[in-house]
Amino acid sequence: MAEDIKKIMFTVRKGPHGTIYVYEGLEVKLIMAAYDADISVVFIDDGVYALKAGQNTKELGIKGFEATYGVLVDYEISKVFVDKKSLEDRGLTQDDLVVIGEDEETEEEIRPKVVDADEIAAMMAEQHNILCF
Amino acid sequence: MLHTVNQSPFQKSTLESCLRFVRKGDVILLLEDGVFAAQAGTAMSSLVEGALKSNKVYALSADLKARALTDVIQGVEVTDYAGFVDLVEQHTTHAWL
Repeated sequence: MAEDIKKIMFTVRKGPHGTIYVYEGLEVKLIMAAYDADISVVFIDDGVYALKAGQNTKELGIKGFEATYGVLVDYEISKVFVDKKSLEDRGLTQDDLVVIGEDEETEEEIRPKVVDADEIAAMMAEQHNILCF
Repeated sequence: MLHTVNQSPFQKSTLESCLRFVRKGDVILLLEDGVFAAQAGTAMSSLVEGALKSNKVYALSADLKARALTDVIQGVEVTDYAGFVDLVEQHTTHAWL
């Protein structure tokens, strides 16, 4: 019944910690992943900072969510994309980003995939719903 | 696709970001502070003028009126809440919040 599976995209455009959006968005993704939905996540604009490795929120007194990003693939969220221009504008490369899991067979680390705006726009056009955080 | 933009182009780069992801056939709806982008003759008018070359751009009339914006860029279609609902019905929506 593959045609019944909803394609749902999440876009993350806000930086982490300044607002609750990124954290809340992550919660929603994990909940949605429990259902039979085809989930993809796209990080655009300051949203790319949410994926930067090495976040330490101890002094903010909050839990942070880098560890959760680290197991996204285990939650069957493996379609994770980053907008190339947003990344480059902020002086970042794919190597600066968190690992979201590892390949079951090769045990190779999986990082978010860097794609350009045209590729993201094409994916957007295929969705049933798009939620922005 | 329907792209909604509710942020002022003078304060945030939301509209600029949105326009990078707009494809042929997509429509853009400016609402709330997003309608400031629909004013003619501003430092930011070129964003909407550029978008109009390839896409339809709407602005929500209630938000224009509330902000006393009468000089709207030529080609921008002013729509009401019923029109907004029609657009949402016709397209998958991405809200550039």
